[in-house]
Amino acid sequence: MSIFIDRNTTLIVQGITGRDGSFHTKQMMEYGTRVVGGVTPGKGGQKFENEVPVFNTVYQAVEQTGANTSVIYVPPMYAADAIMEAADAGIKFIVAITEGVPVLDMTRVYPFVKEKGARLLGPNCPGLITPGESKVGIIPGRICTPGNIGVVSRSGTLTYEVVYQLTRAGMGQSTCVGIGGDPINGTNFIDCLAAFEADPNTKAIAMMGEIGGTDEQDAATFIKEHMTKPVVGFIAGQTAPPGRRMGHAGAIISGSSGTAAEKIEAFKAAGMGVAKRPIDFVELLRARM
Amino acid sequence: MNIHEYQAKELLRAEGVPIPPGEVATTPEQVEAIAKKIGGMVVVKAQVHTGGRGKAGGVKLAKTPAEAKEIASKILGMKINGLTVYTVLVTAAADIASEAYVGIILDRATKKPVFMVSPAGGIDIEEVAAKTPEKILKLPIDTRYGLQPYQASELGFFLFDDVKKVRAAAKIMGQLYQAFMKNDASLAEINPLVVTPAGEVLALDAKISVDDNALDRHADLAALRDETAEAHSEVEARNANLTFIKLEGNVGCVVNGAGLAMATMDLVKYYGGEPANFLDIGGSSNPEKVVNALRIITEDPSVKVILFNIFGGITRTDDVANGIVTATKANPLKIPIVIRLTGTNEEIAMKILQENGFSASSDMDEAVEKAVALAKGGKAA
Repeated sequence: MSIFIDRNTTLIVQGITGRDGSFHTKQMMEYGTRVVGGVTPGKGGQKFENEVPVFNTVYQAVEQTGANTSVIYVPPMYAADAIMEAADAGIKFIVAITEGVPVLDMTRVYPFVKEKGARLLGPNCPGLITPGESKVGIIPGRICTPGNIGVVSRSGTLTYEVVYQLTRAGMGQSTCVGIGGDPINGTNFIDCLAAFEADPNTKAIAMMGEIGGTDEQDAATFIKEHMTKPVVGFIAGQTAPPGRRMGHAGAIISGSSGTAAEKIEAFKAAGMGVAKRPIDFVELLRARM
Repeated sequence: MNIHEYQAKELLRAEGVPIPPGEVATTPEQVEAIAKKIGGMVVVKAQVHTGGRGKAGGVKLAKTPAEAKEIASKILGMKINGLTVYTVLVTAAADIASEAYVGIILDRATKKPVFMVSPAGGIDIEEVAAKTPEKILKLPIDTRYGLQPYQASELGFFLFDDVKKVRAAAKIMGQLYQAFMKNDASLAEINPLVVTPAGEVLALDAKISVDDNALDRHADLAALRDETAEAHSEVEARNANLTFIKLEGNVGCVVNGAGLAMATMDLVKYYGGEPANFLDIGGSSNPEKVVNALRIITEDPSVKVILFNIFGGITRTDDVANGIVTATKANPLKIPIVIRLTGTNEEIAMKILQENGFSASSDMDEAVEKAVALAKGGKAA
């Protein structure tokens, strides 16, 4: 068991013939993900790697392949359209990897996707992986190992760091999810925490947050009220100066809200373990399982 | 990206927002000429990207063109929160009967632009929000439909009782919303929105921040960027496609990914050191980026050690290793370097580094501890 994706996930890749799309499609196929189709307008009829059919529209791809999941690697100015196309074509789980999507575009996309009954992960996220079964996105497969720790994070390489430390310590993962660092995204911490709580194979959760916004505080409240499984948290940006944007559009402290100290307080108040360093996850999780 | 008050006012004027006339100047003589043209009382306002301009003495009233010139000679060149004033806005002074606040911010919680209006304008709106939240009306807008007339009128009635003023304010709400949407803003505010004794509703100050992600489709806005308002190293970094923020410490950090970069800075602090910067080389694996990163970091004389922390995913660690070798061959390092690499093509990267006389670790804690020790002038642990 796992959350959001497993060995039965059937995936189409939007932007499959692009530079990033083709590179990561090969990686996903090598990992064992069932990539059943791709979409690049104008390249319909071609085969990717002599194997995967390419379609002009998502609608055609879904009709022909029955795919239930889509991953998006198109350039930022086209990402909003690609997400809406996937939702309109009946895809139920949409993973948008694209970085740099204009935020106002997402204010239109988010309610549209919701009304179509689909789930969006991202944009500006590394995707997710259920070790040994399926990966959708760009998380390096070889740092993961199957197990029962759920991982959820706002950042990419920091997720890799923690997963790498867990794997080195012999602690496998049920599913690792990167929700992305943009101010408006499709899936938040609470969505993932609720899914992990319901997943019988997940025994404990590692959660990596960042400065900016109140998502971590909201997650802490949810954990306190609804979770029976142990959660260990970390906040990146404890040394960040206020008012500066730290790469992620989301990682900005405005005024007194969104600071690392405030979030760590919320974690403690929710009875969570608090990792001071990425390596601390190993001992804190082990002590709670 | 923040733009200056005078630039924000131009964008609002284009939508029809009533704003007193004004022009920008860079010399006291220009200020005098503009004041003469406007006639009557003028306000001379420093154009810098920081709040608290008034408190710092960067906003002053002048009764005559001669006084405006005199004031400008003091404001031009002054420093406000570390930023030098190169430009001032000279604008007609308005008589004020009351001041309100009107703003739109992109809200993460509702995933919508949210109007915030308050009849208690002119001062820090965050303070109003904290102390007297009942004086603020928040209204989220569904961008698929835009601001509806009934919503604009609801906002207007929260500010005024007099129907004429309500209508004037509602019109301004619509114009502000247009400016926000058209320019892909993440913040647009008018503070204060004043009523004159004659009953006119006017925008006296304006602030707009543009979403950096959207600059690719707004060449006109991208051109408004004022590089004199930023640290030289940060401008250089952006031109090299790096995200760089200068800090006070002495451990120069080069990391891939914003989250890991922040976690690395935190770990430097954890082991008793102080990071000299935030630097994210991003996801692509171009050796040129590493060369630029090293150049920018070593330009800072306070940096005592360079710390690389690279977790290869999309980024290939061998590309980073090649970048380090290329950069240090062209400009030999005068300070120690500590390298942590793991992930994609790690074995090749380690070999490249060893062949060129560098050592590298695959453990983050080990590398950070070592860098902190070196920065303190001690031997590596």
